[in-house]
Amino acid sequence: MEIILNGKTVDVAEGLSIADLVAQKKLNPQVVIVEYNYQLANKDSWPDIKLRSGDRLEILHLVGGG
Amino acid sequence: MSDPLVIGGRELTSRLFLGTGKFASNRLIPGAVQASGAQVVTVALRRVDPDFPEENIVNFVPEGCILMPNTSGARNAREAVRIARLGRAAGCGNWVKIEIITDNRYLLPDNFETIKATEELAAEGFVVLPYVSPDLMVARKLAEAGAAAVMPLGAPIGSNRGLKMKEMIRILIEEISLPVIVDAGIGRPSQAAEAMEMGAAAVLVNTAIATAGDPVAMARAFALAVEAGRTAFLSGPGEVQQYARASSPLTGFLRDE
Repeated sequence: MEIILNGKTVDVAEGLSIADLVAQKKLNPQVVIVEYNYQLANKDSWPDIKLRSGDRLEILHLVGGG
Repeated sequence: MSDPLVIGGRELTSRLFLGTGKFASNRLIPGAVQASGAQVVTVALRRVDPDFPEENIVNFVPEGCILMPNTSGARNAREAVRIARLGRAAGCGNWVKIEIITDNRYLLPDNFETIKATEELAAEGFVVLPYVSPDLMVARKLAEAGAAAVMPLGAPIGSNRGLKMKEMIRILIEEISLPVIVDAGIGRPSQAAEAMEMGAAAVLVNTAIATAGDPVAMARAFALAVEAGRTAFLSGPGEVQQYARASSPLTGFLRDE
């Protein structure tokens, strides 16, 4: 199924959770923050949120800036 | 002499805020923060690129600093509020620099949207430091909206052009009771000293330090300049005069007649 991840359409497996996706992408869960369909998703909720077709996910982190 | 700058209930002894963008390597950041003495350090929030994972910027900021995410990338108040909330969730605490820009050439901020975002975020308990074009009416509205400080630009971001907006900034310092922190455009320590001499509460510097040949040495130069400028302001600079006034006594000259 397709979801929008950071503005791009990507294919992910059915039933994948946010926690699964973060692990699959080898991202450090202590560092990234996730917005799920425009709502902040707390880390505690990541294993419970199963992605559905058409979901919009933003995975963000802090970078240098002025 | 104790002369703390109090913002959001925090007492700051350093009046130099440091941005972390544009450093050739993140490894330069800890030394630059230390040399600058900065206690407030800005960061930005961006999408992760899983194919090119970046280092965690937070690891390069010495412990104890206030991490202040900016809302760069926001084009209106709604986006700025969204970014501010995400920044807080990323562990940055409740300080935020509002930066709302749609002008790509000069990167000038949208004061109107900035006031709206300030109002909303201050009501949510954020310590809001808005980046604005210096304008007295805007600054007053920001104060009413609950801003913790006002951050007028000295010159366009990253331009190193100095205090091009000097007169308008001077009016803000004179007329509003919030701390006025000159942000953007300061390219040389002398310009930072100039801002502090006229009574700015602090300055925020990024490009001038990050892109210097030796960023750590430049950070120290800025720290010295900010301290010099602040001390000069507190010392009460003398009046500017049109004509010369002799410094030596005008009596007792050794002359033939």
